[in-house]
Amino acid sequence: MTSVTVDKAGPTRATPKYGSIKRDRAWALRWSFVFLTLFAFAFLIPPIYMFITSLKTSAEISAAKNPWWVFNPTLGNYIDLLAAPQYLIFFKNSAIVSVSVVVITMLIAIPAAFALSRMRFWGSATLATGVFLTYLIPETLLFLPLFKMFAVFNELTGIQLLNRWWVLLVVYPTLTVPFATWIMIGYFASIPKELDEAAIIDGASWMQTLVRVFVPVALPGIIAATIFAFTVSWAQFLYPLAFTTSIDQLVLPVGIITTLIKGDVFNWGQIMTGALLGAAPPLIIYAFLMDYYIAGLTAGSTKG
Amino acid sequence: MADAVVTPVTEVRRARPKPRSRLRKFFERKSTIAFFMALPLILLIFTLVIYPAFYAIYLTTLNKRMTATAWMKNCTYLPDWICTYIPFGNLQFLLTRETFWMVFWQSCLFAITAVIFKALIGFIVSHLVHNIPAKGQRKWRGMLLVPWVIPAAMSTLAWQWLFDPSYSAFNWILAQFEIERIAWTGVAHWARFSVILVNIWIGAPFFMIMYLAALKSVPDQLYEAAEIDGANWWQRIWFVTLPMMRNIIAITALFSTIVTFANFDIVRVLTAGGPLDKTHLFATWSFRLGIEGGDIPLGATVSLFMVPILAVAAAFILRDITRRGNEA
Repeated sequence: MTSVTVDKAGPTRATPKYGSIKRDRAWALRWSFVFLTLFAFAFLIPPIYMFITSLKTSAEISAAKNPWWVFNPTLGNYIDLLAAPQYLIFFKNSAIVSVSVVVITMLIAIPAAFALSRMRFWGSATLATGVFLTYLIPETLLFLPLFKMFAVFNELTGIQLLNRWWVLLVVYPTLTVPFATWIMIGYFASIPKELDEAAIIDGASWMQTLVRVFVPVALPGIIAATIFAFTVSWAQFLYPLAFTTSIDQLVLPVGIITTLIKGDVFNWGQIMTGALLGAAPPLIIYAFLMDYYIAGLTAGSTKG
Repeated sequence: MADAVVTPVTEVRRARPKPRSRLRKFFERKSTIAFFMALPLILLIFTLVIYPAFYAIYLTTLNKRMTATAWMKNCTYLPDWICTYIPFGNLQFLLTRETFWMVFWQSCLFAITAVIFKALIGFIVSHLVHNIPAKGQRKWRGMLLVPWVIPAAMSTLAWQWLFDPSYSAFNWILAQFEIERIAWTGVAHWARFSVILVNIWIGAPFFMIMYLAALKSVPDQLYEAAEIDGANWWQRIWFVTLPMMRNIIAITALFSTIVTFANFDIVRVLTAGGPLDKTHLFATWSFRLGIEGGDIPLGATVSLFMVPILAVAAAFILRDITRRGNEA
């Protein structure tokens, strides 16, 4: 495709007087493709190498032949890993946690965003700013006090939260809800006022206005927020690493890193397979819903 | 007809007993309903973000077992009242520790270098994508964003394997050119280079997407006008693109500064802070001290050192966002 466009631009060289801008553009286009290919290749090296390694046996990996080529491709790593009950537990934990967090996030964020963008109450403007600031607080600042809080909570109430996967249902919303609320406020603000006024005049309650009018209209925003909440919960690494330790309570990223990497055992084929399968759900969602994913990504700071 | 219906209703309402209707009215008020709709969010923010943040400050005043206050030691060089009333034992311990200053310096190096290169690469790549015909952009953009989509812990695992001491695939390529093997994660400066490289790899696509969105909002006429006026490509970038994108460039860089400065996953997975703490950041070091070392107060003290820089970045972002909100 590149060459075709460039060839078309070729004849203009005979008439340089008029063609110089056009020729410049043809060259810019050609170089753009060259460099884009280079960058895309560089960006894709790690996932490609993950895939290459996942198809190799440990024997082939340690043979120190060309690491960039698979000589005897095998699906052994995938079969071994998917047959290991441990890995399936990680996967199940991750799936339960991520899906539940998405549901919790939406149940909290949508009504809150509606209230903050449409209904106003004392301090609602401050709260909206506060939500945004909360989104900027990194989890690395809060994991130690939270850890201690959960320990104290256990002493006071006898409810054990540490080292249970459901502790993640408590802490993940702190990462997902502020951002989801923030982008939902942006989406709701873009809905014309006449729409909810009409609904209210027709006798709908505020809740009905939200569920019957706003949710359907703001569906693209909701999908973007859902994708965000899911990928953040799936990828979160620090909280599960700090709060869960037993094998049966781990989620996928932590499970792979703490159980598959053993200093003395050489099983990089399996580690790469595990990492690739762990990266698969976000990648699949991204592949099918790329536009929503990107909308969510840019909404955070371009809307407001 | 309408009047005839409305008037009796108001009369009935007036006739009702007062206290109950007042309570009901309160609950039917728009602002009350709104408050209850936002209540879960408020509770979440207060119990799981604001409270822990202040709790962290309290924790810094405790000793390792969290049984007593951590007072400063040997502080004859300070006024007496400071030593007796201000429980900065952990702070004093850290400030006199060489590792702390190393971590401090490493965190700054990591964040600044990574953000600059992410912004540069994002800027370049977004222009490349913008240059090609609109039809093909989606495909390229899709491919280039993959590093951002893969969970950081998982992709860093791939880098760890690429940087493996004995089986590094990069070293294999270097060996083909008879270049000596590099200890990617074994020597301090190479290990720092590696964690920064991985961070750039993960973060540059985000910049690319943001800058691409900004580029699309620059009207084509401006470029055409500049081109006709004889501006070369550099002048077009300097006098058209940069001024138009200034806002997005600033806000993306600030966002990224926060995230990069507080980064945990990459260093934790790739080097776990090694060799000899030479790649630790505030986040990873506080994890090492707090969770693995069992000294939660000291870990909390370390993590609180992130606050000033985060606060400055957050203040700038907030200023930008409220300013734009007012303009709109």
